[in-house]
Amino acid sequence: MKIHEYQARDLLSAYGVPVPPGRVARSAEDAARIAEEIGLPAVIKAQVLVGGRGKAGGVKLARTTEEAREAAGKILALTIKDIPVEAVLVAKAVDIRKEYYLSVTVDRANKKALCIVSASGGVDIEELAVKEPEKILKHYIDPLRGPDEKDLREFLSAAFPKKLLDQALAALLNLYRLMIDKDCSLVEINPYAQIDETTLVAADAKINFDDNGLPKHAEVEALRTAEEYSREEIEAKEAGLSFVSLDGDIGCIVNGAGLAMATMDLIKLFGGQPANFLDVGGSSSPQKVLTALQILTRNKDLKAILINIFGGITRCDDIAKGILIARDRIDLPVPLVIRLIGTNEKEGRALLEQAGLEVASEMTEAVKKVLERAKAGV
Amino acid sequence: MGILIDQNTRVLVQGITGRDGSFHAASMLEYGTKVVGGVTPGKGGQEVHGRPVFNTMAEAVAATGADCSVIFVPARFATAALREAADSGIGLIVCITEGVPVLEMLANYHYIREKGARLIGPNCPGLINPGKSKVGIMPGHIHKPGKIGVISRSGTLTYEVVYNLTLAGLGQSTCIGIGGDPVIGTGYIDLLELFETDPGTQGVVIIGEIGGEDEERAAEYIRRRVRKPVAAFISGRTAPPGKRMGHAGAIISGGKGTAEAKVKAFREAGVPVADRPDQIPELMKEKLGS
Repeated sequence: MKIHEYQARDLLSAYGVPVPPGRVARSAEDAARIAEEIGLPAVIKAQVLVGGRGKAGGVKLARTTEEAREAAGKILALTIKDIPVEAVLVAKAVDIRKEYYLSVTVDRANKKALCIVSASGGVDIEELAVKEPEKILKHYIDPLRGPDEKDLREFLSAAFPKKLLDQALAALLNLYRLMIDKDCSLVEINPYAQIDETTLVAADAKINFDDNGLPKHAEVEALRTAEEYSREEIEAKEAGLSFVSLDGDIGCIVNGAGLAMATMDLIKLFGGQPANFLDVGGSSSPQKVLTALQILTRNKDLKAILINIFGGITRCDDIAKGILIARDRIDLPVPLVIRLIGTNEKEGRALLEQAGLEVASEMTEAVKKVLERAKAGV
Repeated sequence: MGILIDQNTRVLVQGITGRDGSFHAASMLEYGTKVVGGVTPGKGGQEVHGRPVFNTMAEAVAATGADCSVIFVPARFATAALREAADSGIGLIVCITEGVPVLEMLANYHYIREKGARLIGPNCPGLINPGKSKVGIMPGHIHKPGKIGVISRSGTLTYEVVYNLTLAGLGQSTCIGIGGDPVIGTGYIDLLELFETDPGTQGVVIIGEIGGEDEERAAEYIRRRVRKPVAAFISGRTAPPGKRMGHAGAIISGGKGTAEAKVKAFREAGVPVADRPDQIPELMKEKLGS
């Protein structure tokens, strides 16, 4: 899960990492008032979860209250990468002398927490990582024993001058503490800005959370914004389905994430375009199949639906029951192709065939058929 | 032969009194697995499917001589269950549980290693040595004893591939679901190493997916160290970047973890990659014949 910069700043601040004064605004009026309160000049920044907002005109400097109002108005009217801007952060503009980079994340290959710092922070950090990787410094933290202050100080001294070292060390220890406390997958400060001889502040921040950790942290779950997921994705999640919308027109309902991806891939391989990823999960109840079909059929571009089930924990007869209930309750506007195999296949197949529905048993055959029927429209 | 488990493996089920634990304990017993007991704190003294339930792993291991544990507890209890298993001195821990926080797994991984145990999973279907022992949730009947090793990050996609192997007459020596999470106990390379020296295995099928770079590392390892034939399948070629595709580990981020990169790495290492799951048997047969 991702959160907005203004939310990330609040968390950093709560963990003792200094940030420039600032608050979130949802109207030009609010923005002007906040700018006046915190003191001008102020920087007005679009709060969207996608990158590249600066290049899209989503960050502006305001020297007067009037400029703040105008800038916020313009930014709130923007749509950045299809996301309408609904909030801006109004923060006191700081005079940045030097931009550093500081982050902690999870290194899945080495199975350790990974700290990354650079004395060349800023917007081009990713490019820097490719072109001059030697300017990106890495240090691992043993997840069983936690950070070793002496090691961290030595590591940071390669990027920070002596007079900033204590602050950088305190910040990094706090980032790590925040990551562990809240089950973050990334805590990043970029730029980590030097604003005078002796002061560092987090001029921008990004925090991502491990979805598996969310059940432990209601206070983090409360920060969720609707923007990251479509209405369908949220509805699917509540029903225990894993769903991602895509651009194509062949809907898929599959059990298991790997098989669901493979089904999408096969649709593409045979010349079609998948409309979605949908994993009904294990032990699928008929209700889940009904909800899945309801979500899929809302898509106006949909031309056909493929249900691909390899029963293990999932029982084919449960899936068949769900399909029959759905057929009674909703008007299926497009052709439906069903493939069932595995646990209780015979029972499931019998239920569907009695109702006049055809059932395939091979995946390749089913994918070819759904594409044919999408083309024919029946 | 086969690796990690066989007909003599003595299995404890952690969470045996729960819905999933109890159901799959029965299914494992039916398959012929030596399930020797279970553990649920506070329920010691009961019996499930005629097998004794213990309060702690330490008691259970002492009483049954078990050498393998399979975990079905809910995610919020998984770390405690994993550590208790590691502390009990058991050699092989299989964690079926999905949804264990990644940072907990980072610490658990090192904890378990330091105790000298091997972990499979979490978020995995377990493993099976066909005809001998099943420690997990896969449907046993689609498997057939034979000489192909299978390593997979997926559940049902593994069944799909195994089903096709069996249809084509290619039985399996051991099939292992390593798990769909970003941090897992045992990866491709560990298992390739075991299969390479297992006299019961002639070839290995790898089923990978988007996210991370484990497939790339496995390809490099195969190029340098594996003499037995290997064939692969990668799912997620149509997955968009930045979106988690069901599995916590299946996400393309920062341009890393794409299916293209994995397919390319395998092909460069001389490992044929199937476009469809039902093509794997022929790729394997070609490789075995060459």
